[in-house]
Parts: sequence; structure tokens; C-alpha cells
Amino acid sequence: MDLLISMLSLTIVFSTPIVITSLGGMFSERSGVTNIGLEGLMMFGAFTAASVLFFIEGETALAPWIAIFIGALVGGLISLIHAYLSIHANADQIISGTAINLLATGATIYLAQVIFGQQRTNSFSNSFSRFTFPVLSEIPFIGPILFHRVYLTVHLAIVLVILSWFVLYKTSFGLRLRAAGEHPSALESMGVSVYKMRYIGVVLSGILAGLGGGILVLTQDIQYTVMSIGGTGFIALAALIFGRWKPAGLLGAGVFFGFSRIFALYSNRFAILEPFPDAFFFALPYVLTIIALVLFSRQSVAPKAIGKPYDKGER
Amino acid sequence: MTNIKTFLSDEKHQSFLIPAIAIVLGFLSGSIIMLLSGLNPVDLFTSFVRAVTGINLPNIGTDRDVFNSRYFGEFFVFSIPLILTGLSVSFAFRTGLFNIGGEGQVMMGALFASGAGIFLDFPPLIFPVVVLIAGALGGAVWGFIPGILKAKFRVHEVVVTIMLNYTALYVSNFYIRSWGEGNAIRTENLPSKATLQSDLLSSLTNNSRLHWGFIVVIVCAVIFWFIINKTTFGYELKAVGFNPLASEYAGMKVQRNAALSMTIAGAFSGLAGAMLVVGTFGYGRVLPGFENYGFDGIAVALVGGSTALGSVLAGLLFGGLKAAQPIMQVSRIPRDIAIIIIAVIIIYVAMREPFKQLLLKLKAKEEEN
Repeated sequence: MDLLISMLSLTIVFSTPIVITSLGGMFSERSGVTNIGLEGLMMFGAFTAASVLFFIEGETALAPWIAIFIGALVGGLISLIHAYLSIHANADQIISGTAINLLATGATIYLAQVIFGQQRTNSFSNSFSRFTFPVLSEIPFIGPILFHRVYLTVHLAIVLVILSWFVLYKTSFGLRLRAAGEHPSALESMGVSVYKMRYIGVVLSGILAGLGGGILVLTQDIQYTVMSIGGTGFIALAALIFGRWKPAGLLGAGVFFGFSRIFALYSNRFAILEPFPDAFFFALPYVLTIIALVLFSRQSVAPKAIGKPYDKGER
Repeated sequence: MTNIKTFLSDEKHQSFLIPAIAIVLGFLSGSIIMLLSGLNPVDLFTSFVRAVTGINLPNIGTDRDVFNSRYFGEFFVFSIPLILTGLSVSFAFRTGLFNIGGEGQVMMGALFASGAGIFLDFPPLIFPVVVLIAGALGGAVWGFIPGILKAKFRVHEVVVTIMLNYTALYVSNFYIRSWGEGNAIRTENLPSKATLQSDLLSSLTNNSRLHWGFIVVIVCAVIFWFIINKTTFGYELKAVGFNPLASEYAGMKVQRNAALSMTIAGAFSGLAGAMLVVGTFGYGRVLPGFENYGFDGIAVALVGGSTALGSVLAGLLFGGLKAAQPIMQVSRIPRDIAIIIIAVIIIYVAMREPFKQLLLKLKAKEEEN
């Protein structure tokens, strides 16, 4: 039981950045713009947050929060490149996402060399502190996992999921955003700019991916290196697809994929799992996503207009 | 002046004009970034020239050596896998498919080539061919999966190849580690008769790692050109790329062609992986993450206009940038400026439409005059 609890508490730390980034992907893809640049946007957010924290830690207790906030802003700014290319320049959205990912590998390490004189940022020492909620942590099973010595970023992720669900399904903004991804010409005929909705969708994805990257590096690492994100952005993309582009679905998928990573670390503790190598659990989220795609293929779950540049003149 | 304008605004010239503009703007952006961070952009160009030609410009007029053929050899070593992944992405592009799975196909190619080199035994000359075929097969299998899923279930190849990239990373690391001894990060050396490494080429280029792989690259480029331009199959592939519905109406097997095209694309990337094993290193390696050969292949294909010759030339350009990286590091320029330049070039090529509009405006103005 203790083992399960410790595995699950680690899982939620790992899942937090996956879920937040995946939410970002949801806003972009629901507005009709594919975003495979999530990995790169996370890298920009992570690099920024790690650098900012190094310079302001000790100045204020809020330093880690300020760091991830600025990381989110930088993610949002960089995503404007993807937004411009996919929305205004009619560029192939896969190419533009690939460019963002490559740019992130180059630019973050270049800046690290210029600022810190090495291939990584300097290490920070005062990141988020763990927090224990008084009464709530006494609840059996859930208490120790969600409320005992946890990072508040975990709760931030849960709040963001609920907020995103509300925005997407209960507000007129959400309706318009979804319309931009399903039936853009219908939206335009109602006098709403498809371009505007898509810009908002992509920039939200940049902000959330930047936030996810910042949280990842501040809760799981001591500095930013080129390996810090290590595919988490692509796992977030997988969680988005596995969760069928819905907030509750990607939350479930994100937690499950996080758990799969933790399983890899703990697999030698269980006799029945011995025949499975670590690699099996690391590869699991990706393989499951391919299987899910095949299973979903008969139904249409993806936003209908995804990946297609919106042409005002087209009928 | 009017002649230049006519030339620039002619739509026929756009296929090479836009990549050319993108390359110039890419290097320009790189220089500006360096200036902004207090570095001298001239070092970028001397490093690049030194990597490509072996000539060390700042040493001209001094007593120190001006020319070192080793750099020239290494330039080809860096270019060989990039040209192959470029051919791979180009081949899929021609059929209207996006092969973003070069990364995984390279790793599976390297894995299969390492396995063949370690566990099989053949006489010299035949052995390298067997190892190369194994590498191509590894990549082909990894290209076949998204191809067949696209054909049978209409699953988008981009998402599948992205997922397969990471799957390949973990699978290949698992096997390479188990083939090495103990806490290994590489396999044993492949027997020298299985590799393409050459003492002759190495000694001709002052101990560079230059290997016979460049012949394989030439053969692959010719095969690419031949399939696309000279066979019915290639004609069908192009037709499907231009208009899948019309091709289907004309009786072409669109789905089968998509699966085959991804398989062949995978084989080219698999060969790139095999080159790393039998040419550059001589052993299989455990990788901490992606080495970007597959993603750089996208840049090569875009700049090269998805043609065989274009991929060779663009592969040489990006190979030169990669080969310049170690030289940059020595002259205290962050090597990652090269990656930034590649990314920026992709961004500018992706901006094709605005550039086209701009060039067309030029034409319109001229006609007014």
C-alpha cells in the first residue's frame, strides 16, 4: 500500500506538466491548428523558468511562481511564430511545428552558452517547496497522495483542467474556438474572425506549454539541459489524442502516461514485471497511442478542419 | 535592372529562388543573433568555409597551415546521413505524405545494421552489402508501419511516425545495451570487413573518418531519380501526391502506393542509420535522445525541393553547417548557432506563400511600367 501511495505521489508530479501542456495542445488543435511544436515550446518555457529562478531565487518566496509565469509568457511569444506561419502564411503546420522544435534545441542551448558560458543553465537551489494541507492530508489514500507534502502546481493543473472544460464548453468563446476547428466558414459567416480565434488558440497553447515546461524543470530537475524535456511535449500530444481532444480525457491519459513512466522506475520491485524491461514502460504511451488511433479510426474524433489553413475565398 | 526583376518575378524560377532567399536570410538571421549576443559573425563564415573546403582563411598570409584536407573529409562524413534522410523525406513528400519519422527509421536502421554486423558472417565485399541491406530493411519496417496504417485505417502518418520515433529510441537502446557488455553505451566494434571504413580514404584526407558511404549516397540519389522520373510506379506516386482523388479515378492504387512510398522512404533513412554504424563510428551506440538526423532531413527536403539533386546539394549545405560546429566550438562560438540557422531556414521556406506574393507584386509593378 505504501509502495502504491509513493508511486502515485510521484506519478502526479510527472503528470502535471504533461496534462498542462496537453491542455495547451487542445486549445490549438480545437481551433484548427495542429501543434507538434509543443515539445519546443516546453523547452523555451523550461529554459526561461530555470534561468529566471537562478537569478531571482532568495529575493522573494514567490520566485518559482514568477519564474514559471515568465516561462509561460515566453512560450506564448514563441508560439506567435507558429501562429503566423500556419494562419497567415498558409504554411504546412507540421513543418512549422518542426521548425519550432529545432529552434528550441538550438536557441535554448545557444542562450545558455551566452548567459552561463556552458551547455546548460546554472543550477538553482530553492525551487517549489512541498506543502501539506492541514485537515485534507488526513483523508485515507487520497490525502497522502494529493495533500501531503505536494507541490501546489499539481492543484494548479487540476484547476486548469476544470477551467479549460468550462471555457471550452460553457462560454461563447469556447463555442467559437471549437467552430474555428470544425467548420470555419460557418463561423466566419457569423461575423467572427477565424484568424483571430486561431491566433488565440495557438497562443494559449504556447502559454500552457511554456508553463508546463517551466513546472517540469522546477519540480523534476535542478537546471535546464537539452535533455530536460526529453519527449514530454510529444507525450502531451499523445495524451491529447488518447484523450480524444477533451479536457477530462487528456487528464486521464496524462495521469496514465505519467504512471507508465513511474512504472519503469519501479518495475524491478515487482516479480511479475521482471520479464519486462524499462524500455517497455517508456515506450508504452507511444505504442498505446498508435493502437488508440487505429481503434478510433472508424469514428471521427479529431477536429474536422484541423491542419487545413483557412482560406476566406474557398467555398 | 529590369532583367533582374524579370528573372526574379518569373514563376518558373521560384522553385530555387525561394530556397535561395531562405538560405541567405537564414545566415543573415544567424549573423544578427550573433551580433546581438556580442559575437563576431565573421567567425561563423570562416568556420563554415573551413569545414567545407578545409581552408583556414584567417591563416592566409601567416606562417601557419592554411589547408587541412581532414576537414574536407569530415564534411562528407557529416553530409552523408543528411543527404539520405533528405532523400527519405523528399520521397514521401512526392506522394503527398509527410515522413517525420526519419529519426526512428535512422535508429532502427542503425540497430539492424549493428545486429547484422555482429551476429552474421560473410566474406569481405559481400558483408558490407548485407549490413547495408539489413539497415535499409530496419528503416523500411519502421516506414511500413505508418504506411500500412495510413492505407488500411486512414490514420494520419505524422502522429504515428512521431510516436514511432520514441518507440525506436527505447527499443534500439534496449537491444544495443544488451549486445554490449555490462553497463554498455555501445556495442563492440563491427568486424572491419563488415564496415565501409577505408584506410585509403582516411589517409588521403589526413586521418578523417571519410568512408565509402559516399558511393552509396550517389547510388541512392540515382535510384531516387530513376524511380520518380523514369518508372510508371514513380509517375503514379507523383500523381497521387498532386491529386489523390483523380489518381484513384484513373485506376491507380492510391492506398497501396502510400504504404509503398513510406516503406521506401523508411529504407532511405534506414540506410542513413546504417552509414553511422558502418561508416562514421564502426559500432552501434546507445543514444540519450534524438540526434536530429531525421528532422534535419526535413530541412534538406524543403530546401532541395524534394528532388534527388536538390537533396544532395541541400544535404551538403547542412552537412557543412554540422561539420562547422566543432570548429565553432574551438573558436568560442556556441555551436548551436548552426541549429538556429537550420531552424530559421525552415521557417523561411515555410513562408513560401508570402514570398511568392512579394515576387508576384514585383512582376505586377513591372507590367504597370
